[in-house]
Amino acid sequence: MLLIRCPYCEEDLPEAEFAYAGEAHIARPADPMALSDEEWRDYLFIRSNPRGTHFERWRHIHGCGRFFNAVRDTVSDKFRMTYKAGLPRPDLSAAKEAAE
Amino acid sequence: MTHFSAFSLLKNALSGHKGWREQWPDSQPKAEYDVVIVGAGGHGLGAAYYLAKEHGITRVAVIDKGWLGGGNTGRNTTIIRSNYLYDESARLYDHALDLWEDLSQELNYNVMYSKRGVMMLAHNVHDVQSFQRHIHSNRLNGVDNRWLTPEEAKAFCPPLDISPRRRYPVMGAALQKRAGTARHDAVAWGYARAAAARGVDIIQNCAVTAIRRGPDGAVTGVETTKGFIRARKVAVSAAGNTSVVLESAGLRMPLESFPLQALVSEPVKPIFPCVVMSNSVHAYISQSDKGELVIGSGTDQYVSYSQRGGLPLIEHTVAAICEVFPIFRRMRMLRKWGGIVDVTPDRSPILGKLPIPGLYVNCGWGTGGFKATPGAGHLLAWTVAKDEPHPINAPFTLERFTTGRLIDEAAAAAVAH
Ligand SMILES: [Zn+2]
Repeated sequence: MLLIRCPYCEEDLPEAEFAYAGEAHIARPADPMALSDEEWRDYLFIRSNPRGTHFERWRHIHGCGRFFNAVRDTVSDKFRMTYKAGLPRPDLSAAKEAAE
Repeated sequence: MTHFSAFSLLKNALSGHKGWREQWPDSQPKAEYDVVIVGAGGHGLGAAYYLAKEHGITRVAVIDKGWLGGGNTGRNTTIIRSNYLYDESARLYDHALDLWEDLSQELNYNVMYSKRGVMMLAHNVHDVQSFQRHIHSNRLNGVDNRWLTPEEAKAFCPPLDISPRRRYPVMGAALQKRAGTARHDAVAWGYARAAAARGVDIIQNCAVTAIRRGPDGAVTGVETTKGFIRARKVAVSAAGNTSVVLESAGLRMPLESFPLQALVSEPVKPIFPCVVMSNSVHAYISQSDKGELVIGSGTDQYVSYSQRGGLPLIEHTVAAICEVFPIFRRMRMLRKWGGIVDVTPDRSPILGKLPIPGLYVNCGWGTGGFKATPGAGHLLAWTVAKDEPHPINAPFTLERFTTGRLIDEAAAAAVAH
């Protein structure tokens, strides 16, 4: 069972309270009419799917109900951090130095 | 290659089974091949076998980062069926089913294909309507599938409880009698043995770290942990690791990799005669020839390469089995494991050429790749040998995610593939 920290409730809570919501930081196109078929494909279907650090969205569905972002390692499943929706993609090397 | 027969079995039995020889060599890479296949699962080994047998291409290497058949080929619940809704899918999976029929004879290796029937339970009006639509669609495509009343379902699978007072009553079932199971390890071993006998090199414990391209953009070979291997044709059949392998060639794929878990009970005497799937309650179950109940359901919700998966999903799965088969409530489970499945947005595979000359892919089988093993191998071999897709796999392109011509089995087919 994963333990996930909701950045709004500020608590580590069991995975069963959360719903995964796909890759994070995929911005909806500002001008949809201007997009080519290839750009629509990239937005709708292409995912980074890395073996390692993954930026992803979760929703605290059986709690506050809010979406937030997380950084997780997809090999160990270990969460490196969670942060509120709308914040920019965190600089992980800076976060690592701060922790040391 | 040793020919297996009742006579060879008898002869070896009389000599204490000391005369059996290694069935294929543990090859080391040569400098160059005509075709390199990345991933020594059933699909990749099958492709190598059909390349050699049907297209006369024998300078082939199948490379795997682990041991052959150690990925999803050895981690699935061995279910084989072809009752898919859409014309393209029905043709694709039924092609595989046709090859399953005489695979043991073809390979001279017993893959234990057992046509015990796959039964899908309908628990509500929506299930009934959706399954009957599937049955009509299947029959129009010549795919075996029929409707059973609750009483007929009970007669086919006696452990089923069809009492109308149950929380999830059985309102009927769709039965594909030609469907069933096979021994998954034997499929990998049988293809490996038959391919090696025709000159294919099977190179294990050798990870492909990058696909190399020349100045004209075409494929020139693969970098591996055992050095560079030259090849003008590379076919990637690496399931959950496909995104990672293809990224090195500069391709980003419409794939996400999820853990798919399965578990088995302690072995018991024969009690379960077929495969039963319940898509609404969400689990499927069969009994292996060893006597274990083999149980599975859907993937974990998050992207992962852990080959493990989380316990909440196992809890959900066994809860579903106990609900549908109260008879198994006190059964003890023996072990569980996970495999990493690569899922496409429309839940249909990608099998064909890639926009890079000399590069081919067989991926995106999601939770349903085992049943397709002979078909996927056969069609991948055709595509690589002729540098164009077979009519059966022609719709399963990567380009469909640009054109919008999806084969959307996600919404229409069973959740549990
Ligand atoms: Zn919360």
